[in-house]
Amino acid sequence: MGLEIESNHLLSNIAVNGKHGENSAYFDGWKAYERDPFHPKNNPQGVIQMGLAENQLCFDLIEEWIRNHPEASICTPEGLRHFRDVAIFQDYHGLPKFRKGVANFMSKARGGKVKFDEDRILMSGGATGANELVMFCLADPGDAFLIPAPYYPAFPRDLCWRTRAQIIPVHCDSSNNFKITRAALEAAYVKAQEDKVNVKGLLITNPSNPLGTTLDRETLKSVVQFINENNIHLVCDEIYAATVFNSSSFVSISEIIQDMEFCNKDLIHIVYSLSKDMGLPGFRVGIVYSNSDKVVNNGRKMSSFGLVSSQTQHMLAEMLSDDDFVEKYLAESSRRLAQRHSVFTKGLEKVGIACLPSNAGLFCWMNLRSMLKEQTLEGEMMLWRMIVDDVKLNVSPGSSFNCLEPGWFRVCFANMDEETVDVAVKRIQDFVGKETKKPVKGKNDQGLNLRVSFSSRRFDETVLSSPQMISPHSSAHSPLVKAT
Amino acid sequence: MGLLSTKVTCNSHGQDSSYFLGWQEYEKNPYDRVMNPEGIIQMGLAENQLSFDLLESWLDKNPDAAGFKSAGKSIFRELALFQDYHGLPAFKNALVDFMAEIRGNAVTFDPDHIVLTAGSTSANETLVFCLGEQGDAFLIPTPYYPAFDRDLKWRTGVEIVPIQCSSSNNFQITESALREACEEAKKRNLRVKGVLVTNPSNPLGTTLSRDELNLLIDFINEKNIHLISDEIYSGTVFSSPSFISVMEILEERNYHKDSHPDVWDRVHVVYSLSKDLGLPGFRVGAIYSENNTVVAAATKMSSFGLVSSQTQYLLSALLGDKKFTKKYISKNQKRLKRRQNMLVSGLQKAGINCLNSNAGLFCWVDMRHLLQSNTFDAEMELWKQIVYEVRLNISPGSSFHCTEPGWFRVCFANLSQDTLNLAIKRLKSFVAESSPSGAHHSRESSKTRSLTNWVFRLSSRVREQEER
Repeated sequence: MGLEIESNHLLSNIAVNGKHGENSAYFDGWKAYERDPFHPKNNPQGVIQMGLAENQLCFDLIEEWIRNHPEASICTPEGLRHFRDVAIFQDYHGLPKFRKGVANFMSKARGGKVKFDEDRILMSGGATGANELVMFCLADPGDAFLIPAPYYPAFPRDLCWRTRAQIIPVHCDSSNNFKITRAALEAAYVKAQEDKVNVKGLLITNPSNPLGTTLDRETLKSVVQFINENNIHLVCDEIYAATVFNSSSFVSISEIIQDMEFCNKDLIHIVYSLSKDMGLPGFRVGIVYSNSDKVVNNGRKMSSFGLVSSQTQHMLAEMLSDDDFVEKYLAESSRRLAQRHSVFTKGLEKVGIACLPSNAGLFCWMNLRSMLKEQTLEGEMMLWRMIVDDVKLNVSPGSSFNCLEPGWFRVCFANMDEETVDVAVKRIQDFVGKETKKPVKGKNDQGLNLRVSFSSRRFDETVLSSPQMISPHSSAHSPLVKAT
Repeated sequence: MGLLSTKVTCNSHGQDSSYFLGWQEYEKNPYDRVMNPEGIIQMGLAENQLSFDLLESWLDKNPDAAGFKSAGKSIFRELALFQDYHGLPAFKNALVDFMAEIRGNAVTFDPDHIVLTAGSTSANETLVFCLGEQGDAFLIPTPYYPAFDRDLKWRTGVEIVPIQCSSSNNFQITESALREACEEAKKRNLRVKGVLVTNPSNPLGTTLSRDELNLLIDFINEKNIHLISDEIYSGTVFSSPSFISVMEILEERNYHKDSHPDVWDRVHVVYSLSKDLGLPGFRVGAIYSENNTVVAAATKMSSFGLVSSQTQYLLSALLGDKKFTKKYISKNQKRLKRRQNMLVSGLQKAGINCLNSNAGLFCWVDMRHLLQSNTFDAEMELWKQIVYEVRLNISPGSSFHCTEPGWFRVCFANLSQDTLNLAIKRLKSFVAESSPSGAHHSRESSKTRSLTNWVFRLSSRVREQEER
């Protein structure tokens, strides 16, 4: 397109280099869902969205709290007297009560085993903004962070796009249940040095997305030792902290370093958010917590670029300071997630499908390796296309998480009601049943083109380049989006 | 090898400027009518506190918007989940209508070309990320908003080259100033990517004239560069000449989007609800561009600072009430005008003039005649006196990169009428006592002397406030 070339001169590299990563095949499944979304009554044959790691299980608890606390809103008769003070509050330190509430919630989500200093809490535009902010503080263009793979598909955008830092994946596989090993970290680090790449740190997600597992104490200690010995940073993305089915099994990095006197605490930083634990991604509550004064002071100034709306801060300040509510919420949320996880995994087990044993998260890491025609990326893509087009489930292929072992799929289970879970499980059961019985040739009779190579799975370019592009969080079917 | 990024170690966030030091003093000794009547009056904060009552009364009458309800039905969960970076359509529609209304409907905006961001702080940075990178520069007329040094340069790596304006022509932008700025950029080995103007201007409080706007369009066409028009004060225009948006000029020149796509691809508007509606806490900013690539890139970048869905929803209802917005815009402007008049006439009685202004939440005050000498040192001395003796936190022109010493920005919309009157009274007394008889020399206390040391010693625990 002629205009594109003109634009390249006129605009920055960042604006046109596609490194936001949204052109990946990962989003093909979204298209299918957008075109044909499942609805129990209106479209029971539609595609069920299982690619969205959202927590929709506990809204009733939050709604009840809001109903009972009208003073937490600045717009109700009870809360209106706070309106002007809140409306004018743009201090990047954030409302003190909000920070206190967040510190309180974070601590309770970790079973009260650690306390957080509210003066070290920084705000950001969701965890997306938090991750980018941390990178801007720790890395210069060209610097690298080691990240255990499989990892969240948007990390390249969040950590590298505008910061121009780079990710060095540390690949994990099922031979040891995808655990991070000291050896793997060392190997990646040594190789980076040989390649003359400046490694600034290690980023881990705990609990893990997409694995749904928490890191055990030994692994965490080993990780801390590794970064400390090499004098590099450790960023812990703990946004799924409260999705642990049994909170006592979650060990936070804060707990680990409490007992490691020799560790340089300035190297340890936490990214947090209320998007997963409380199911409030729309409110854009991202948090950076750092033990380094310099990072806190500078990060705080940077948070100007993504402060949390004071209206939202005010409401959450009240909610998160309500100890009764927080404790009740955390317990009930864990219970419901555990139950949902159990229903789902048991349903899969009935047809011999195993998921990686997990104890957290809003998803399962499903093992479909035995169903691959070939143990390759192409094989995974073929199977994936079948799941999206025939089984009508939008699940996420492992390759989109940079998993090198083909055949794994992330399947979300907390973004739908119970009935839909049942429908989804049944569809999988039927599909597996069919697949294990029918000869492979039979698929061609259904007019399916199985010779689909990865490179031809190009996302519809025109859809992407127009303003109506599908976002990773497209809302075409939200009742808030009207036709006009 | 630094452990942290150079962004963090090099202090380019710009917050060590004198602009923020007055805040420290204010925080230590803030005026309160009852508790601390001798305290420092804050006049360095460009906030609009004049019309909250109008917003509050609207909220009172519209409980649904407040309570996450639409037609009585709870939409809490939908809002809680809504994180689409395209933004809430109802909100974008209401916002573009509001923007059009402020411009007397002489321009219309397409909601598909609006990108929502966390305040104009984020909008400006995002736009610069899209348009420039290390080695590039944006030209900005002086005096300009101090935080541009942070917002536009810090993380983007882009430089700012000033377009020097002077009082000789009321700080208007001239062609020679534009060309000199280009030359300066060349000397510094920087590639000019665009011009950024604030219209109405902070700190001048004036709107750009038709001539200036045409000059700018000609200039960016000649150089094939961008024009960013930061119009966050557009709703604060309270007297003539009326506000002319750069978009209007493009329409006037018959630069239709089909026949002259290239011009439209290089003109972008930044907006926010922080000044016009007095809601800086809500973090509502916007980028408007007809350039599809910019919109696409900026939309993805907005992921780093989306507007809270809770806030989008509330404002979609508020701004969607056309009866309300009409009343609000008109009343707000009247109140601003009255306040500005109060300050201007009050200062005149003290023998102090202001730049003739028709917009904004502040006046650009001429205190050159009160300087000991025509230097920035003298401006600092005068400023310290005003902060410590007169006890007013006003902003010295040097912090806005003004080339002429002696100008100060004084805000009038962030305090009550009584407090404003008191401030004027204090200034009048100060001027009277500082007559050429040299009375004020003897009043130079040791406190002021030790201040010189203090001012240049940066304290580590600074409670800086965000403001424009």
